[in-house]
Amino acid sequence: MDVPITLTVDGVEHRLDVDTRTTVLDALRERLGVTTVKKGCDHGQCGSCTVLLDGRRHLTCLSLAVAQDGAEVVTASGLADGDVLHPVQQAFLDHDGYQCGYCTPGQVCSAVGMLDEAKRGHPSHVTADLGAEPDLDDDEIRERMSGNLCRCGAYPGILGAVRQAARS
Amino acid sequence: MTDTVEQVPVPLDVRSVGTRLARVDGPEKVTGRARYAVEHRDEEGLGDPLSLWLVQSTVAKGEVEAVDASAALAHDGVLRVLDHTSAPRLEDTEDGELAVLQDARVHFRGQIVAVVVAETSEAAREGAALVEVSYRAEPHAAAFTVEGATYRPDSVNPAFETDSDDGDVDAALAGSAVVVDASYGTPYEHNNPMEPHATIARWHEGDDDGVVLRLVDSTQGVHGVASTIAPMVGLGKDQVHVTAPYVGGGFGSKGLPHANVVVAALAARETSPRPVSLAVTRQQMFALTGYRTATVSRMRLGADRDGRLTAIEHRAYAQSAAVKEFAEQTAVGTRSLYAAANRRTSHRLAVLDVAVPSWMRAPGEMPGIFAHEVAMDELAVACGVDPVELRVRNIPERDPETGKPFSDHRLVECLREGAERFGWADRPAQAGATLDGEWRVGTGMAVSTYPGYRMPGNEARVTALDGGRFEVAIGCVDIGTGARTVLTQIAADALGVDPAAVVLRVADSSLPPASVAGGSSGTASWGSAVSAAAQAFLHEHGRTPDPGASLTASAADDPLNGDHVFHSHGAVFAEVRVHRRTGEIRVPRLFGMYSVGRVMNPTTARSQLVGGLVMGLSSALHEESVRDPRFGHVVTQDLATYHVASHADVLDVDADWLEGSDEEFTPMGARGIGEIGIVGTAAAVINAAYHATGVRVRDLPVTADRFLGEG
Ligand code: FES
Ligand code: FES
Repeated sequence: MDVPITLTVDGVEHRLDVDTRTTVLDALRERLGVTTVKKGCDHGQCGSCTVLLDGRRHLTCLSLAVAQDGAEVVTASGLADGDVLHPVQQAFLDHDGYQCGYCTPGQVCSAVGMLDEAKRGHPSHVTADLGAEPDLDDDEIRERMSGNLCRCGAYPGILGAVRQAARS
Repeated sequence: MTDTVEQVPVPLDVRSVGTRLARVDGPEKVTGRARYAVEHRDEEGLGDPLSLWLVQSTVAKGEVEAVDASAALAHDGVLRVLDHTSAPRLEDTEDGELAVLQDARVHFRGQIVAVVVAETSEAAREGAALVEVSYRAEPHAAAFTVEGATYRPDSVNPAFETDSDDGDVDAALAGSAVVVDASYGTPYEHNNPMEPHATIARWHEGDDDGVVLRLVDSTQGVHGVASTIAPMVGLGKDQVHVTAPYVGGGFGSKGLPHANVVVAALAARETSPRPVSLAVTRQQMFALTGYRTATVSRMRLGADRDGRLTAIEHRAYAQSAAVKEFAEQTAVGTRSLYAAANRRTSHRLAVLDVAVPSWMRAPGEMPGIFAHEVAMDELAVACGVDPVELRVRNIPERDPETGKPFSDHRLVECLREGAERFGWADRPAQAGATLDGEWRVGTGMAVSTYPGYRMPGNEARVTALDGGRFEVAIGCVDIGTGARTVLTQIAADALGVDPAAVVLRVADSSLPPASVAGGSSGTASWGSAVSAAAQAFLHEHGRTPDPGASLTASAADDPLNGDHVFHSHGAVFAEVRVHRRTGEIRVPRLFGMYSVGRVMNPTTARSQLVGGLVMGLSSALHEESVRDPRFGHVVTQDLATYHVASHADVLDVDADWLEGSDEEFTPMGARGIGEIGIVGTAAAVINAAYHATGVRVRDLPVTADRFLGEG
């Protein structure tokens, strides 16, 4: 069964009919041709498909498109202003926080979403004092970025990149 | 096409090589705009592909009795179901793994028995669930045991002698003051590159010379895919055009085409000229795209009281598949690592009705050196010799196997420098001596080694463009290693121009032939061809050539190469903390010091070495594919149950290298760096866990339960 929905992706509004089985990820990649979002597992286990959905980091393989009618999606591509990179993206380049690049758009979106969560005071599993302003030390960054697997093992570079972005 | 010139490349005058040139494809990657295999839909003819979904066998051995596709075909959007009765015939069925949908035989659980073609991926997936396959099952064997590993292969991967025997190992062991005799195990492991294997295929009439099979594939070698698939589907190699502009990792699993690529080609033939898209799922990868076999290494080391080795025996046992042989070269690394007058290695396989094992990062060295280096730690303990000192005492003068001299053998420096930087000297000699609160703390080390491989069959083409620029073309693939960046640097130096003047073209089988991105051979093999082509070009056309001047060359073997044996080396140091009550294991520090010849680009090199260390750490602590022998398949077939290191597992991991150059090996002075980071790393972690706790673990991965009850 096809259902009409509207998705705004990187600032562009799209009206499309989606099969009720279609995930947001497949709607983006296969219907709209938005391949700046990657599929690593399709089961919410790797983080490759992370975008910012209505401002929060979101695993697009785990939600059905029909349930996200009207959502605003920002992918890694939309974080950049054309060829001008977002500071988090520039930090990934500065620290070589990637190799093959397949997990990278998800890492970048996750980092942007995570920095915002921390700014809004959200604690993580390793936050000692739940009432205090989170201090994004290395353990906090590692913990908060652990939903994004990188098989190339670029974690030390990703850590450096997120650290740089957090301090700037 | 012009003739290929053979040229012995001379050492480069390095300027860009050795500098931190930023990855040329970085902005594409951090924005997600880099397009991986099935994302290539904008090329003419590749838009709007049909979706394929694989149907896999649910028995481990037997025959397909019938494939009932009626329910699937009744599903909206499903167009066809191809099985062994309806798929196009292959002209070459020699390779049992690749000859799918050709007959009713089932060789392992998870084998492809049908493929659904549909308008959308949702319909294809549902269609696959609706296909009813009935089987005539036969008894199967899927449990790997040492007792069952009795088959002696003719050679081991890729072409090493199966066994070796020098001196009299038994007599030497009988006369040795100290003997270590133990077995070490590594589990099944799956490569799990982040981008699953994926292909777009289109079979269509070419411009003038007939049929063309167009493939965009996630592969480590476009030429290898073309030359493997072409004869199977009855085409010439030039009629199969393969590209792989971006590849989301491979780690060996994309080194050779697997059956999914054949299925895509067969389906495309049926749907011609409409293309098909086949994205293998993460779960399907556990049966279809290769893995590292489990291994058992029985090690016997004999030594005098000072730890000088008199005998080394490494008997390796592994598993192969009935449908296609793969013999992991587990004991081969042992042949060249340490000196001992008496030495013996052997490989035996259990041939099982299971999925086909293949290359996974450092095949052979990873499991084999793990065993050897844990055994060396045991020897160090038995002799009361410091583990670093023990290694230094046993470094061979010449390659123990061939008697030839090594080129650029700097293991002693790696050991000394690595120990210094890590702070090894502060360590207590006794295991279990340090308690920090609730944590037992220890340090350990191991040696890593990997051969220098330079592959034949590489050619590069240099063409003068306007404005003093040069196009440099070679059909190799950058799977994330940084090859695009590094080859740009090599080409720039070989041509004597700025990297900005080089337009590098790779990842296309219509470009000159290149070997696979595997065996840490890429930079050495492709870089030598690029150097040879650039040097021949300058010789032929001078420094100010007319635009359009072009030359293709291959790197002829330097006749001196045969006189030396080439190995990279490293020393890995780990600090491990084991919680005394829960057994939880943390690795706060991991450091590798390497000798890899000249480093082409410190930024990409560090990422490669650190990435290898992280994968080694992952194998030490997490990775294990669990096979259920009753059914023959891996039950941990996703990333929730097959654990790989996540960010929170990776603490202070770093690598460095000795400045140097191995110009005996390549004109750039480089050996490979892709695999060596994973070699020895798990042994260093295990040895550190022993030092922390006094508990000797001999099987990977090391998990918390090993330490429970030790208080
Ligand atoms: S693809 Fe969504 S989490 Fe892996
Ligand atoms: S960069 Fe390759 S998986 Fe992260």
